[in-house]
Amino acid sequence: MPDYKNLTATQITAMVTSGELSAVDLAEKALDLARTEGKGLNAFISLCEDKALEQARAVDTAIKQAQPVGPLAGVPVALKDNICYTGSLTSCGSHILDGFVPPYDATCAARLVDAGAVIIGKTNMDEFAMGSSNETSYYGPAKNPVGENLVPGGSSGGSAAVVAQRIVPISFGSETGGSVRQPAAFCGVYGLKPTYGSISRYGLVAFGSSLDQIGPLARNAEDLALAYQVTCGRDPNDSTSVAFDHPDYTGEIDTDRKFTIGVPKEYFAEGLDPEVEAAVRDAMAVLEKDGHKVTDISLPLTDKAIAIYYIVACAEASSNLARFDGVRYGLREGRDKELAQMYSETRAAGFGDEVKRRIMLGTYVLSSGYYDAYYLKASKVRELLRREFERTFEEVDLIISPATPTPAFKFGEKLDDPLAMYLSDMYTAPANLAGIPGISTPYGRVGDGRPVGVQFLAGHFNELSLFQIVRILERLA
Amino acid sequence: MAVYKGFEPVIGLEVHAQLFTESKMFCGCKSEYGAEANTLTCPVCLALPGALPVLNKKAVEFAMRMIAAVGGKVHRRSVFARKNYFYPDLPKGYQISQFDKPIGEGGAIEYHSGNGSRKRCRLTRIHLEEDAGKSLHPEHGEGFTRVDLNRCGTPLIEIVSEPEMESPEEAYGYLTKLKQILQYIEVCSGDMEKGHLRCDANVSVRPVGSEKLGTRTELKNMNSFKGVERALKFEIVRQIDLIKAGGKVEQMTLLWDEKKQVAEPMRSKEESHDYRYFPEPDLVNLVIGDAWIESVRLSLPEMPDVRADRFVSQYDLRTYDAAVLTDSRALADYYEQVMTHFDDARAASNWIQTELLALLKDNKQELHDCLVSPEMLGELLSKVKSGDISGKMAKTVFEAMFATGKAPDVIIKEKGLVQVSDESSLIPIIEKVIAAYPDNVAKYRGGKAKLFGFFVGQVMKETDGQANPQTVNKLLKERLDG
Ligand SMILES: [Zn+2]
Repeated sequence: MPDYKNLTATQITAMVTSGELSAVDLAEKALDLARTEGKGLNAFISLCEDKALEQARAVDTAIKQAQPVGPLAGVPVALKDNICYTGSLTSCGSHILDGFVPPYDATCAARLVDAGAVIIGKTNMDEFAMGSSNETSYYGPAKNPVGENLVPGGSSGGSAAVVAQRIVPISFGSETGGSVRQPAAFCGVYGLKPTYGSISRYGLVAFGSSLDQIGPLARNAEDLALAYQVTCGRDPNDSTSVAFDHPDYTGEIDTDRKFTIGVPKEYFAEGLDPEVEAAVRDAMAVLEKDGHKVTDISLPLTDKAIAIYYIVACAEASSNLARFDGVRYGLREGRDKELAQMYSETRAAGFGDEVKRRIMLGTYVLSSGYYDAYYLKASKVRELLRREFERTFEEVDLIISPATPTPAFKFGEKLDDPLAMYLSDMYTAPANLAGIPGISTPYGRVGDGRPVGVQFLAGHFNELSLFQIVRILERLA
Repeated sequence: MAVYKGFEPVIGLEVHAQLFTESKMFCGCKSEYGAEANTLTCPVCLALPGALPVLNKKAVEFAMRMIAAVGGKVHRRSVFARKNYFYPDLPKGYQISQFDKPIGEGGAIEYHSGNGSRKRCRLTRIHLEEDAGKSLHPEHGEGFTRVDLNRCGTPLIEIVSEPEMESPEEAYGYLTKLKQILQYIEVCSGDMEKGHLRCDANVSVRPVGSEKLGTRTELKNMNSFKGVERALKFEIVRQIDLIKAGGKVEQMTLLWDEKKQVAEPMRSKEESHDYRYFPEPDLVNLVIGDAWIESVRLSLPEMPDVRADRFVSQYDLRTYDAAVLTDSRALADYYEQVMTHFDDARAASNWIQTELLALLKDNKQELHDCLVSPEMLGELLSKVKSGDISGKMAKTVFEAMFATGKAPDVIIKEKGLVQVSDESSLIPIIEKVIAAYPDNVAKYRGGKAKLFGFFVGQVMKETDGQANPQTVNKLLKERLDG
């Protein structure tokens, strides 16, 4: 076998389809890495060993029998542990889901399996996707392959780590306020937050339903486009998923097109690490030199985004997490006590501090007497923010910004300062509020070697331009 | 109203009607009563992590039928909202309902007020929501509560009236009419015992002539229309007595205890819910186009009051009879089908009311179980009218039809019940009878007219009661008087 770690998903699927590589060998290799390097990074919560080999055998058999196989044939893939996958623990990084094995597949997981992908395991994450450092996971944090003492970012930290460590070429995470793009930036990989409604949420354990979106991570633009292509599209099981005509993302990824790229001044303000800024400015210069138009713009509502985000996300979370009550599945404490006691003991023991903090925040902003001042007002400003982006994308094709204000920070650095932690989402959360797609691409490093993520944002359903621009930057770098 | 010693009650009702769609409101599970516990469930209605609701269009259509039937307005855009509270029979921890933007608004119910007049009560709103599961609390020290989630996610409409009813009897009349409409438009069985229809009431009292509404209380846990009436009576008296004794009515919820016939305040802890309503982010806004609204409106059947009025004019029935016959859509349909095989509207009406309804009642059957088709009943009634059989025979035949489902001809033949009207076969018998009693013939001709009955009796005896009495009368008279 050629060096597995250097193979892209696009190469793997071509070699598997031609019979050059065996899907079973690949699965064994990936599982082996998961058990060794993955374990060292604490990147997986569970592995799907038997099922993965079974899927790989099915791919190999199909190829031997000259039956058609999907566009991800034989590609080892990892899923964030909040994406339901039949027969394997789906914990959301929480104690409260102890032993919960879903009897159904998330639409995204089912589409991956249909495409021939081999799902090898479920990755570590902040509890219920609430966190930016992976430190809220009940299973302990995943580590950043860049450096042992660095957080991998969150909440999809495990998914970013396994791609950065080259255990799998593609993984899936989920975003509510930046949970794919931020860890992608911290670990030096590519991460996409698709348009809201483009990848089905069916089977994604909800955090903030109006913001949540599954998104892929990969080591290059083409694999990222391929992963998105296979999983996007209308799903009748998700009422908020949208039917849209999508182009051939991988086929059209190379373009001569020259983009107009907006630089929002609000994204280059206080709190931005100068080395990160320098890297982003360098990317702009390189693009400008390549003939793209880089122009200053303003997004005045940016400084409201984090406040709106935490009100909306926590409000929805407080309701979404009500189902974890110890009655039907997962952890149950106080089983011999009366109902209210059982509820409260179960939830007290089952949820971590950050989750409790957000449930309380969310409950508060929805309470009678406070609803208008918080939730309703936030919803209105959110709508204004959405329109601000819509107007902006009439002027420019893309927006460029840093993906995060700083590179990966150290474990423990922000854990006791929730507000500082929340601010690490300041460049990513606006896209979730507006429902637009965003991509984080690795570009350069700061002096001590930590990677920097450059973010591009586009209008609704304009993922193609995002793939194209990061492909261009990839080529120019 | 006069019964309340200077006070008048003001009553509003909130009715939950379970829609009998085939599947549940947000998943594909069957919506059925009486299946084994927890067998009609799936990831969505069990609220497994990651499962999402998908709206059942049929439930929307059923709600639209009701809104159209009461003359309300269907909103072009309505919004589902989450009503948050914890309970084991509510797996998601919230109920998907509608809050500030319901599917329907306005309309009215016209009902019989209990003192013979018709009254109208306007409706505030009609909204869609899902039902919770069922908690089966321990009866005899079992020590734990069982939860059945089969009902969980069944579609409901909540019909909220304005506070415009003025007596418990009116509330009863309103509910009766509401149930009739729901059944006519075939969206709800109306069965209160099975919980398909549930009613909460709110009531206040005020001095007669006062414009200002008193403090209202809410009554829950009534499981029949009569129960609603009784609970209201109880609560009205309680409020008036309280005010008269110098007290103040406090806003609260009371639970009706049917066994004890009292309404007792709910514990305040159970009352103090803050449901934290907010728009359901898993569903998009419900947008309904004019074409759909119009097609639903056109698909509605003739409503009961309109149909009763038509029965009066078309079939020349009395108002009372028309009301009985249009009580249910099935009975009215049955009557009209009989009338396509028979031409005496009043005779058909009488027969259905006296014979058919009595037999159904005696046998505890519903009309749809009845073995006598309208066509068969029409045939039977035609035979009575033409004199082929007597009314008395027809009763016997009808009972046999009801029991066996056989056609009237078959039964008449089996029982040999044909009425003999044919003169040529009756004349020899009549002549034989006259010849057998020469003494009585002489007495009759001598003026003892009463003896005519004796001769009729003898002829009937000879024919086993099958002779047509009118023909016998005529032939006897010709021979005896002539
Ligand atoms: Zn279901």
